Amino acid sequence: MRHRTRIEVGPVQFRIGSDWAAPIAALDRLYAGYPRDRDRPADATVRLFAARPWRRWLRPSVHIGGDYIVPDALPLPLSMGLLAAEMGMNLQVALGWRRHLLFHASAVAKDGRAVIVSGESGSGKSTLAALLGEGGWRLMGDEFTLVDPGSGDALAFPRAVSLKNEAIAEVAARVGPERLGPLLAGTPKGDIRHLIPRADAIAAMHEPVRPALLLFPRFGGAPAIERLGEGEAFVRLTEASTNYVTLGEAGFAALSRFVRETPAFTISYPDSARGMAIVEQLWAEAVR
Amino acid sequence: MADPFYRAAEEGALRVEPLGDLTAIFDRRSMQTHLVTQPMPEILAALAAGPCDAATLAARLADRFDLDGEGDAAAILSERLDELAAMGLVERA
Repeated sequence: MRHRTRIEVGPVQFRIGSDWAAPIAALDRLYAGYPRDRDRPADATVRLFAARPWRRWLRPSVHIGGDYIVPDALPLPLSMGLLAAEMGMNLQVALGWRRHLLFHASAVAKDGRAVIVSGESGSGKSTLAALLGEGGWRLMGDEFTLVDPGSGDALAFPRAVSLKNEAIAEVAARVGPERLGPLLAGTPKGDIRHLIPRADAIAAMHEPVRPALLLFPRFGGAPAIERLGEGEAFVRLTEASTNYVTLGEAGFAALSRFVRETPAFTISYPDSARGMAIVEQLWAEAVR
Repeated sequence: MADPFYRAAEEGALRVEPLGDLTAIFDRRSMQTHLVTQPMPEILAALAAGPCDAATLAARLADRFDLDGEGDAAAILSERLDELAAMGLVERA
């Protein structure tokens, strides 16, 4: 393709090609501080392409392709090329990754131990991780967390954090503008702005971390904490994993071990401050 | 008609991991994961001693469980065996 770049996020080496310069330039800015190893073969390929050659200029719309495609995904206007790239990267990892058990979960770490936060879009997992990552925690990722089937360790996937709607102002108040991408207003997922993780989080992205705590957050409602049994945590994580079935017995063994060794809780919180306080409280109890 | 006999999966076919109140069972033949509660894991373990019908199974389990006062234990176990057979975890002998 005309424009291309390489991005390394945790263990995944992406090759990204585009019919347009703008999405690649935006990615190169967001990922400027990430390690580059152009000699390493790519694990996943993302292609942003025009449906017809003339559509590169006339009302350009971005189709997402790569090793895996979702046939009925709508094309996005070129102004949302960065979102298209992010969706393409997520898709390749969610559908293609086999080396680790993959959870839809954010994660932060401190003192070599990880808090893994699993939840659907809107549960607040991304915002919680982003805010903790600006405090005393190392941000491991806002969307995917990988678990090594051999060691049981958690591995980071610290892509640029996808801040949505109210979370944008909340985080923008804490970081300099050089840490933020352009505002993508009115996307199918609402307003989106990317946060570049702190340099120390990017530098440590290959360091495995022992899981210490598993949380299932719910944003809204009075603060509440409820302990989850191993079996229920197992069920919830099979639902939160994109590749559990594909990994077969290796996934089964890794997940059984994970829920046995990692205390799990559901938490409810009315605002980010209280959410972070609950994480700190449970963390202190878990690592005591 | 005589009560049906059931036999356990061949050795090594299932990987069983107790997880608190639930037990996760991975079937290596189908690659499927099953989550079951009591008394399913106990039935599978008791059946490993050899194929049997529900009445014999009730006798085997009586040592470990208080089956009296639970109604007809053999009838209950017969239903559970049917469910395990539907999941492919045991077979009719």
